Amino acid sequence: MSGGVDSSVAAALLKQQGHEVIGMMLRLWSEPGKEDSNRCCTPDSMAQARRVAAKLDIPFYVVDAKNVFRETVVQYFLDGYARGETPNPCLLCNRQIRWTFLLDHALALGADFMATGHYVRRKEEDGKIVLLRAVDPSKDQSYVLHVLTQDKLRRALFPVGEYPKTEIRRIAESFGLPTASRPDSQDLCFLAGEDYRGFLQRNAAEMLRPGEIVTRDGQVVGHHNGLPNYTIGQRKGLGVASPVPLYVLGKDAATNTVIVGAQDELGMSELTTKDVNWIRGEAPTEPFRAEVKIRYTARPAWAWITPLSGGQTRVQFDAPARDVTAGQAAVFYVEEEVLGGGIIQ
Amino acid sequence: MTDPIYLDYAATTPVDSRVLEAMRPYFADSFGNPSSVHRYGQVAEAAVDSARETIASVLGCRPDEILFTSCGSEADNLALRGSALSRREQRGATRILTARTEHHAVSKTAEQLEKYYGFQVEWLKVDEHGRVTPEAVQKTIGAETALVSVMYANNEIGTVNPIREIAALCREHGVPFHTDAVQAAAYLDVDMSALSVDLLSLGAHKLYGPKGVGALYVRKGTKLVPHLTGGGQEFGLRAGTHNVPYIVGFAEALQLAKEEREQRIGHVQPLRDHILGRVLEEIPDSRLTGHPAERLPNHASFVFQGVDGNLLLTLLDAAGFACSSGSACKTGNPEPSEVVTSLGFSRDWALGSLRVTLGKDTQPAEVDIFLRALPSLVERARSLNQR
Repeated sequence: MSGGVDSSVAAALLKQQGHEVIGMMLRLWSEPGKEDSNRCCTPDSMAQARRVAAKLDIPFYVVDAKNVFRETVVQYFLDGYARGETPNPCLLCNRQIRWTFLLDHALALGADFMATGHYVRRKEEDGKIVLLRAVDPSKDQSYVLHVLTQDKLRRALFPVGEYPKTEIRRIAESFGLPTASRPDSQDLCFLAGEDYRGFLQRNAAEMLRPGEIVTRDGQVVGHHNGLPNYTIGQRKGLGVASPVPLYVLGKDAATNTVIVGAQDELGMSELTTKDVNWIRGEAPTEPFRAEVKIRYTARPAWAWITPLSGGQTRVQFDAPARDVTAGQAAVFYVEEEVLGGGIIQ
Repeated sequence: MTDPIYLDYAATTPVDSRVLEAMRPYFADSFGNPSSVHRYGQVAEAAVDSARETIASVLGCRPDEILFTSCGSEADNLALRGSALSRREQRGATRILTARTEHHAVSKTAEQLEKYYGFQVEWLKVDEHGRVTPEAVQKTIGAETALVSVMYANNEIGTVNPIREIAALCREHGVPFHTDAVQAAAYLDVDMSALSVDLLSLGAHKLYGPKGVGALYVRKGTKLVPHLTGGGQEFGLRAGTHNVPYIVGFAEALQLAKEEREQRIGHVQPLRDHILGRVLEEIPDSRLTGHPAERLPNHASFVFQGVDGNLLLTLLDAAGFACSSGSACKTGNPEPSEVVTSLGFSRDWALGSLRVTLGKDTQPAEVDIFLRALPSLVERARSLNQR
């Protein structure tokens, strides 16, 4: 529970369905002194969640995950940037913290299932649990949950994914619960509303090494102040004089260079992913067509997906995709179903 | 879900039905303000006076040595701030002797006196059982000492301090001695004619009285600067309309505690000893905290290595047992308690503290169920430990 409308309604719906419900909240890591601004667990949101639990007459416990969060999620974030990628730590948080660490705690308390306020759906089909997009496409959070495996999904419940957001608000009102959402933001909780660059400066300054900005053909056109400060597709702030607007096409950690080019070089018709998770538990054997999301907020794009050996896939887009970013996930959809996804290399 | 088994009587106790009955008339029937001239006021005043007499008789002191407060913490605050300020005015004394093992009502007040009022706090060393020794007091007490405050019995680890000796020492040096007896009063002798204590704090809710009322015993001749100014209630030392029903309930509860003391000790102590023995025997890497013998008879406290004490409480609650811990923290941000740390335990041990406190309604069968469940819950907490 976060104190927000979605997890509150999730708890209320389950309680109404006759389940014995226990509220849980994670205490995550923050930089020292910034505990009050952590987007996921401020004292305010904790107090709010406690009030909701009291209103629903369910027990409520806070689980300390500070160390494990710092050692896994924050480390992954730092390591990703050190490799020249743009990591998505929320994916790892869902896999390692929410759906491993917290789930283990829930099971230890005697729970049969763990529910969250995520906007996704699950359904049983041929003995498998399949993950479906939320009813409300504007709220769909299946992108970050493509990391779930069958054993986790068997324990998972997503009560709010069955409703549009407006309906969730209405249900919250009918239960007398708070109706405010946490601002829907991609900001990472532990950045406490600040830019990630400052965080890297404070926590991993050594990775911010100046280097060269080059074109695809190796021509040096300028200098950068550290790879992590640049994102794929970025145009502003390069400090390079050029007759045509230049965009960041890629980053090469081995040579510590930022690669730039013109707008028409931005699109990529193909990418490969590693660490692919197939939600049904089995990798497809044949190439297939699917819609692919390459960021949480990206529009799905049609592509051919070819499973490769070693947990990899090749994704070939029908039309070149912009802003393909190493470290983010490519997630595959066939109609309503989330088949899985992997990390873009 | 059935209600969890309550094993946290040091946190608070249910109000005894006899106490509740004694309080009942003073809410809506005899509701007068004791300060009023009219008969409504007189009835209420008589109830407060009678309560004061009852408490005085239990404490072996004069009624005008009893001051009612809103709780034990307030009594501690008044004792420390009131006497420190007064002693400085009289003698220029500016040093306060107390210990890190004190309840925060004492230690935080001492810290505030240091930070904002110009006093110096000397933190008395404690032994491995958390006891303040008379020797430690002897070493530090002096002409510049304004006040010594050492608790009677510790809330977290149950250790009983040798306050008779410490009080005698303070008397020799002419320094006022305060003791927080909020935990002790339910089980230990609080006879002010036998102890040379000058200030003693009490709270009703630890002994089957209501929350929201406490008292400070102030030995005749001990000077205090008032900390709640206003009307002239409580001998001009603590303003505010008397909380008549709660004061009445407090007196009834303390009277019952005295009358039934032997019986209550006889009930809880064997159960508590059973817990101490079984836990230390059956749970690997467990240690007793506090003194093995000189401890409150209803109090068992432990540390378990490699356990998040907060998580253990969560697991216990979900399994149907309401216990407590030195690092109790509802926000998932546990820090080891100063009390357990001052015993010399490392962080890895100190974070895994558990307090089990019994009461007059604790059933032997409940203790057995608890003892059967605890080892596997400690094991589960260990396996979930993120460190």
